[in-house]
Amino acid sequence: MTASPHSDPEPVVRFDNVGMRYGRGPEILRDLSFDLPRGSFQFLTGPSGAGKTSLLKLIYLAAKPSRGLISFFGRDAATLPRGELPDLRRSIGVVFQEFRLLNHLSVFDNVALPLRVTGRKRSDYAEDVAELLAWVGLGDKMTALPPTLSGGEQQRVAIARAVVGQPEILIADEPTGNVDAEMGMRLLRLFVELNKLGTTIVIATHDLQLVRMIDAPVMTLSNGHLHIRPPRSERQRHAEAREADGREALDSVAQAGRPAGNRVSADEGEDGDD
Amino acid sequence: MTDALPKPPSGGSGRLLPPDTGRDRPLFLVAAILVFLACIAALGARGAWVQAQAWTSDLEGSLTIQVRPVGDRDTSEDAARAAEIARGLSGVRDATAHDRDHALSLLAPWLGEGNLPDDLPLPLLVEVELDTATVRDGGIAVAAMQAELDAAGIAASVDDHSRWAGAVRRAARTAQTLGLSLLALLAGAAAAVVAFAARASLAARVDVIDALHLCGAEDRFIAGLFQRRFFMLGLKSGVAGAVIAALVSILVSLGRAPADMAFFLPQWDAAPFELLLLGGAPLLAGLTAAISARLAVVSDLRGRW
Repeated sequence: MTASPHSDPEPVVRFDNVGMRYGRGPEILRDLSFDLPRGSFQFLTGPSGAGKTSLLKLIYLAAKPSRGLISFFGRDAATLPRGELPDLRRSIGVVFQEFRLLNHLSVFDNVALPLRVTGRKRSDYAEDVAELLAWVGLGDKMTALPPTLSGGEQQRVAIARAVVGQPEILIADEPTGNVDAEMGMRLLRLFVELNKLGTTIVIATHDLQLVRMIDAPVMTLSNGHLHIRPPRSERQRHAEAREADGREALDSVAQAGRPAGNRVSADEGEDGDD
Repeated sequence: MTDALPKPPSGGSGRLLPPDTGRDRPLFLVAAILVFLACIAALGARGAWVQAQAWTSDLEGSLTIQVRPVGDRDTSEDAARAAEIARGLSGVRDATAHDRDHALSLLAPWLGEGNLPDDLPLPLLVEVELDTATVRDGGIAVAAMQAELDAAGIAASVDDHSRWAGAVRRAARTAQTLGLSLLALLAGAAAAVVAFAARASLAARVDVIDALHLCGAEDRFIAGLFQRRFFMLGLKSGVAGAVIAALVSILVSLGRAPADMAFFLPQWDAAPFELLLLGGAPLLAGLTAAISARLAVVSDLRGRW
């Protein structure tokens, strides 16, 4: 369950030499090639302005790449008929850094939005939405309007909205930025539970504490380039193999972890955060 | 999850588009004014047509025989004889010979009263009214009437008013064309204004569009929201504009303006045309607004992935 350069025969998302620029500006993402395997869990980090939000926009279909190929579930996004894009978007849940809640709708209606746009009746989903809101601690605020909520509460509404449709991919941009440590842990457990149920998770965060809590690969953006650091357990295995079997064994493990055709440099040796 | 699950809030779902907070008011006003002007233009064109119909009907429903004074003949007698001859022809309902005083009254506006010597010979007029059926069938044969008068030795000429009726019809057609052109221009302006307003409204509610779009709402779902909103806005503007247009027409009609002045003014008559126009205008305004809004929204969404 790792973000990796083309190791999965049919990843949920595949980037192939993707570059992106806004207008005629400089390229802010360069030569990104990686897979998000089905059911994987990864963090995305990098300094401010490194292009994290732009990369997330490409993954949740809010922006088009300037070059390269992005495919979802084995299909090239650029050639997908427009009529199929809404279905694809429904399979991607997004927690925006700035929440993007609709201030004129109640908490309940905000969370129910992804279900409502599919044309489902309110009676079909009302119980599920109420249950989810109770789980994120907002059971008593279902009729409240977002401007009356604290930042943390708004964030939980945004998370509930992202997961209510049981998406196959969940993208969260700084999902724990506005909540206390306890609620942060609770939300992280929610993401882990969703991941166990098969949801592919990408969490963009600056919170290194959060990154340390989960043994997951870390995608780091820097100067438009992406570096992927394998999960801690995998790196430990490499180290142990290096010690036990010497150079030959290390090469074989490295070969297993990174198949031929790898076009992404991974910072396997760097371990400053852990 | 929790043991005691909270119940979902009762009542229906909230409206996906935020309520109007005065942003749409200018559009409401502009659309109402355009509908008002369009209704006035249409009612004016209709009034001109009805007026022209009445005038041409008057002109085509009668003939005038002008009896000229010749030598020693008694013109009054000739006029009475001409009326008698006219009455004897088929298709003529009645004929009235007017006397010298009538001729003087016709000249008075130009020459003043009492300024003509008593012995000045004046032509006299005979007014001939035709049967309705005869008028419908194209009038009577003027040449036949002229021949009868000539045979009787009366120096008279028959005028069937066709020259004047033609001029009135042309004027009515011009007024109608003008009214319909105005109607088309106003409808175009209304569509353009609504399209512009829809884009502005869209830009102001881009957060809603973004949220719906990224939640997987189809283009037609989002366009439908704006379409419904703008249909209702157009409908309300249309009702306001049409009601004011009806009131203005009624006031103009009650004012009883002289016929020549009333030619281009909207005339109220609770006829099917007026009722259809004033009932249909709001619906048309609503549809125009809905279609313009839909096109604007779809065009914006097509610019996204």
